[in-house]
Amino acid sequence: MTSDTANAAVSERNTGGASAHPAPLLEVRDLHVRLGGSHILQGASFDVPARGVTALLGRNGVGKTTTLRAILGIVPRTGTVSFDAQPLESVPTFRIILRGIGYVPEDRDVFAGLTVAENLALAERHGVPPRYDLVFDLFPDLRTRRRQLAGTLSGGQQQMLSIARALLNPARLLLIDEPTKGLSPRLVTETVEALARAAADVPVLLVEQNLAAVHRLADHAVVMTGGRVVHAGPAADLLGDAVLTRRLLGVSA
Amino acid sequence: MSTIVLLAITGIGLGGLYFLVAAGLALIFGLMRVLNFAHGAFLLLGGYFAWLVGAYLAGGAATVSNLQFLAMLFVATLTGAVIGTLTELVLIRPLYRREIAQVLVTVGLTLVIGALVIGVWGADPKTFPVPAWVHRTTHVLGANVPNSRFLLIGAALAVLGALQLFLRRTRYGLIVRAGVENRTMVTAMGIDVRRAFTLVFALGGAVAGLGGALAGVNFGAVSPGLGTALLIDAFIVVVIGGLGSITGAALAALAVGLLQQFANYYIVGVGDLSIVLLLVLVLLVRPRGVLGSAT
Amino acid sequence: MLIVAIALVVVPFIDLPTAGILPDRLNAPGSLQLLGLCLVFGALAMTYDLLFGFTGLLSFGHALFFAAGAYTFVIAVTVLRLSGPAALGITVAVALLLPLAIGAVSLRTSGIAFAMVTLAFAQAGAVIVGQDPWHATGGELGLGMSYEKLPQFLVGVVNTRYLYWISLALLIMVAGIIWWISGSVTGRVWQAIRENERRVQILGLRPYTFKLLAFVSASFLAAMCGVAFVLLVGGVNPSIVSAEFTLTLLVMVVLGGAGTRWGALVGGIVYTFLDQRLVAMAGSQAFASLPAPLRVPLSQPLFILGVIFILVILFRPAGIVSLFSPPARRRE
Repeated sequence: MTSDTANAAVSERNTGGASAHPAPLLEVRDLHVRLGGSHILQGASFDVPARGVTALLGRNGVGKTTTLRAILGIVPRTGTVSFDAQPLESVPTFRIILRGIGYVPEDRDVFAGLTVAENLALAERHGVPPRYDLVFDLFPDLRTRRRQLAGTLSGGQQQMLSIARALLNPARLLLIDEPTKGLSPRLVTETVEALARAAADVPVLLVEQNLAAVHRLADHAVVMTGGRVVHAGPAADLLGDAVLTRRLLGVSA
Repeated sequence: MSTIVLLAITGIGLGGLYFLVAAGLALIFGLMRVLNFAHGAFLLLGGYFAWLVGAYLAGGAATVSNLQFLAMLFVATLTGAVIGTLTELVLIRPLYRREIAQVLVTVGLTLVIGALVIGVWGADPKTFPVPAWVHRTTHVLGANVPNSRFLLIGAALAVLGALQLFLRRTRYGLIVRAGVENRTMVTAMGIDVRRAFTLVFALGGAVAGLGGALAGVNFGAVSPGLGTALLIDAFIVVVIGGLGSITGAALAALAVGLLQQFANYYIVGVGDLSIVLLLVLVLLVRPRGVLGSAT
Repeated sequence: MLIVAIALVVVPFIDLPTAGILPDRLNAPGSLQLLGLCLVFGALAMTYDLLFGFTGLLSFGHALFFAAGAYTFVIAVTVLRLSGPAALGITVAVALLLPLAIGAVSLRTSGIAFAMVTLAFAQAGAVIVGQDPWHATGGELGLGMSYEKLPQFLVGVVNTRYLYWISLALLIMVAGIIWWISGSVTGRVWQAIRENERRVQILGLRPYTFKLLAFVSASFLAAMCGVAFVLLVGGVNPSIVSAEFTLTLLVMVVLGGAGTRWGALVGGIVYTFLDQRLVAMAGSQAFASLPAPLRVPLSQPLFILGVIFILVILFRPAGIVSLFSPPARRRE
């Protein structure tokens, strides 16, 4: 199957699956990324509906993280990305974020040499009241560690801080990249519960390897292979179909 | 004893001068990954504009009043800030994400400014007017130390303090510190990091411009070669201190200034060689510099 | 290309007026010396491009090796009183051992750190040459070459054409070696290092060894350019060890087009020519009548070259050769 027919098939399935939600919040069409001589994204197309959690799935190295970075314009890309029907191609990264996208990057990327309070203060925006109450309610640990350098936090605490940063301003969409990576089972549960609460009132595009977390959080699933989208539909359908899950993700659900 | 005191204070003063040049370089490199070769040219212009104002105010005399001297320092700082800002806006910004090209364009700017200075003011050194007290000496622990050394030390400390205040207490300082760690993430938090770029170029240029005037005080004159000479020393300081670290730059400037003075005193002419060897050693043992960040 | 080569060979036999472009008639000694200088610096720029444009190593110390060749040869002939071949032998030895030692140390770092270590070594060289602790380099004044031990045909203004031919031979040798080596398997590994060093590692090759080979080759050829340079100008002075001189090489390479077949050569020749001739042109009558705000900057060759350089980076990043063959072909 050529990439065009694959994408067309995916789009059809999307329109079918998304009929309950009239217009998608984020539309990605024919996204290509080339980095250092590698063609990482080879025409990825998918939608993120305006409600619920959309999980972006696939084996290691298929381009999930790059997809998030390409949506935000952090890596050079071609193709179209529209957010709330507005094109993002020529919009600089910081303006894309200011349009109401919260980003939790892979490996947390907190500023190690800044305190917790400074990490959060950096997220504050002119004219937007910061939601410290909400953030400290979700992650009470951060309140007590405000003066601690972020670099000295544990991996789990850094993940909380990274999520807290993205939640400090009201967002219309969250892009969250592998929030449970490298965390102990107890912390995975805590993080997933915090994300479930956050996702109650804002749509999320989630990259996640932990299928239990996907089970708990995801409403929709988009599966990538080799820089392209090969499946899109309700998460329950995918995870309920053991054969399909094994074929697409190489794991048993 | 008195010799050691004199050497130490002179070394610290020289370190102060190095710091003034290195501070801006470290800030700019830390945030933007651009090795700014034009930094010496910022310093050169600062020095020459201060000299212009000084020569005009002194009206032929060899000394100026304290107020006139302050005016010279102010003009030097302002010159550096303006040229730094223009450089970022006109030459660096269009080359965003092309870091080698950004370095090259600063090389070109150095050639242009250096040639202009020679064309306009000639190749000969210009005597730099200072207040009379700068020429006098102060008695410290048996040594007669030229007051210009204290001026350099004082200026360096003031700049260090001001930069730390800026970095620790202001929102832009916060953005700069975060950007030194991870520029992409700052952008991904909805912050226009390019404004911080312009700001560090303006600040770095201002400090270098001030450094140009103080180099005029230190050497008694300004000449077209001033920029390049100090730039290489400042590069060495910045690399030893860790690219991007202000505190590292301050400590390394101190070490380099002292080492150079003492080495030169005990074996004539070894000063320059010793700091080069120090640099090679530091780079081989710790390629990121003494206080360099891990990324 | 053959036609150009033949034309360059026969230049000393062609007696043509040059309308002020060259200092004198085409085959007069002054003109031949300038042309020879252009050829030597064209070759030198090619050696720098082998490092920077081709292998991706940004060195700020390349001038050191050019100077090492120049100084070693002059010192061997003038201070040590050696014969021409013996002096050349010593120079070849230095030209191989010095870069081997410095490269072995410097290449333990990479990127900006590498640039800084090479700058530091070059600076150390400049300090030693300038302070002259062993009374060999002539310090700040430099050293004139003694011609006693050299063959007669290298001596005297009337023999400038032989020096010109030596410069041309050097250029052909340097260009030949560089083009041959860059087409070889080694050259392909160098290019791969520039594109993606990690991938070279994955192939099981040791980038360090290949980078050292590139460093030594480029430095050796630069030192040979140094020998041709001293024959041509008859002496050395510390300006060729300075950091500014390495920056000049960088400007030549980028101006012409880094990593292209002809770019560095064209850049070196154009730069040297403008640098030498703009001063003379600035002395002309028409020039003196310009108003000061125009005349002062235009009388400085480095101002004009710097402005051209900046414009090339901003608007023609592939260098001036890309003006003639767009899109610029990378050497492959």
